[in-house]
Amino acid sequence: MKAWLPALLRLAVLVLLVVFITSPGWFEPLLKPLTENGAPAVYNQGSLLTLTLQHLRTVLVATVAATIVAVALAILVTRPAGAEFLPLSRSLVNIGQTFPPVAVLALAVPAVGFGEKPTLIALFLYGLLPIFENALTALTTLPGNVMEAARGAGMTGWQRLMKVELPLSAPVILGGIRLSVVISLATATIGSTVAAKTLGEVIIAGLISNNLAFVLQGGLIVAALAVLIYNGLSAIERYAARRMGQGAE
Amino acid sequence: MIIRFDKLGVVIAAIVAYAALAAPFATFRANRIVPGQARPILEALPPTLGMLLLAIVIAAAIVALLRTPLILRLAASAAALIALAVLIGIAGGFLTPAGNTFARVAPASGFWLLIFAFTLLLADVLSRLNLSPWARVGVLVLATLAIAVLLVSGSWNSLSILKEYASRADSFWAEASKHVTLALGSLAGAVIVGIPLGVLCHRVEKLRAGVLNVLDIIQTIPSIALFGLLIAPLGWVAVHVPGAAAVGIRGIGTAPAFVALFLYSLLPVVANTVVGLAGVPRAANDAARGMGMTDRQRLLDVEFPLAFPVILTGIRIVLVQNIGLATIAALIGGGGFGVFVFQGVGQTAMDLVLLGALPTVALAFAAAIILDAVIEMTATKRRVVETA
Repeated sequence: MKAWLPALLRLAVLVLLVVFITSPGWFEPLLKPLTENGAPAVYNQGSLLTLTLQHLRTVLVATVAATIVAVALAILVTRPAGAEFLPLSRSLVNIGQTFPPVAVLALAVPAVGFGEKPTLIALFLYGLLPIFENALTALTTLPGNVMEAARGAGMTGWQRLMKVELPLSAPVILGGIRLSVVISLATATIGSTVAAKTLGEVIIAGLISNNLAFVLQGGLIVAALAVLIYNGLSAIERYAARRMGQGAE
Repeated sequence: MIIRFDKLGVVIAAIVAYAALAAPFATFRANRIVPGQARPILEALPPTLGMLLLAIVIAAAIVALLRTPLILRLAASAAALIALAVLIGIAGGFLTPAGNTFARVAPASGFWLLIFAFTLLLADVLSRLNLSPWARVGVLVLATLAIAVLLVSGSWNSLSILKEYASRADSFWAEASKHVTLALGSLAGAVIVGIPLGVLCHRVEKLRAGVLNVLDIIQTIPSIALFGLLIAPLGWVAVHVPGAAAVGIRGIGTAPAFVALFLYSLLPVVANTVVGLAGVPRAANDAARGMGMTDRQRLLDVEFPLAFPVILTGIRIVLVQNIGLATIAALIGGGGFGVFVFQGVGQTAMDLVLLGALPTVALAFAAAIILDAVIEMTATKRRVVETA
């Protein structure tokens, strides 16, 4: 019974999440004890569904952009022509990771103003690092004999990249994307402090009006999203690793 | 003769050319929240100093562009950074009309791009020099001293970020100490609880997957939500457990921030302890058992010293992460540098945002460099022992 228990739990979380964001009114009696002085128990300044979709869209746009740029950069610095940038790019990644997401977000505001843009920039920049780091690790630690064989088979540099290097690196790169998505889901909530439309709005509205019900529903939706997406991407990663014959043993 | 270009140098020279010639060096504003007027280098500084700065950055960019010896590149990047740091202060004094206390002068995009370009050059030189851990800490200390001298001497006092500081100097240091206490305190808690928990997970296999999974899930909960979610249980504890409120446990404020940071810190500490202990060579354990060491002796004298660099790596991750996350504590009244960041965002006063963000970045950066150096030192010590 152990094998299907986690899957069942995930399904339950998913169903609960979908029901909650589509008809939050049903849960009012559950949340009512958390409010004081007759404050509303369910977020009433906008639709939870719209906010959730906007939240996911922001994360998706930023992650897709970050993935394209990070993988392209990692490929560039692992080719002979870009090898000169390799040590520097390593130390830049190290430095970059010490930048707190909030600082990136706040510092983007003077450059582009309030709203969705600074959030996208912060998510993009912060999302770059884990993907780039993983892509770099994957591309620099490919098994030597495989690369040798590809070269021996007469593959061109482009063929080696597309048919050998990238497929073999896929599971590790996916791991980077997963980390990046989870960080972005969380950071996007902070985006609401600079007026981006995300689920952070619900949490912050709750913090401001001292309404625990708001904080709880905003927080739980984001947490459930994060756990579900994290699990989903882990499954894809395991699938990719199995296809590459890495997870079998 | 063929002139050979440095590839990174081409990038740096392009950034410098744009930043020095086309982008504004400083912004002047009549008061702290109106939009500013951009001033290029030659208008932001007295003519001779403006020309001097242009000459220095162009010379340094040429050094970067050509294939020059590392030591020359090091000197060029350091000289350019020092010139920029000193002259932005002078620009502040030059642009502020005498006796005007409302006017604000802030570094503009050109200045930040120049700093970025030459920091890139410096970072490249330092990573190519392959400095020893002590030397890296030395560079950090030198840089800190240089910034401290500029701050104490008052040469930056005419810049708007320091005007923001001047009007809230007391609360700045109070929030700074709260920030450090939150980051270090939660780390200490995580080390005290996490290392024994890690040892337990290492010894009792049944426990391992369960504990690590739960901690994994906690990590995926967004910080702002976790901070918020802890308000309710801690508020309940404060009301219902006698004495809890007296020791500072309350629904909002430092307590939930501390607990949240502590929970986030547990996973890296526990996971790295498990990985570190698992990586202890069998031979070392067998030898220790053969010598008649007890489990306890083996743990303290053999396993811990060998696993130490890996455990330290976990601590580094936690410390850097906590310094960043502690900014969010401000949203629930937990204090820290985040107070200035969110106040600044609320008032659209970007200098105030910088007052909170820059020290946070500097702290996280310094913590990363110091702990990386310590990790490398313990790892090399271990290698020396192994080869001896």
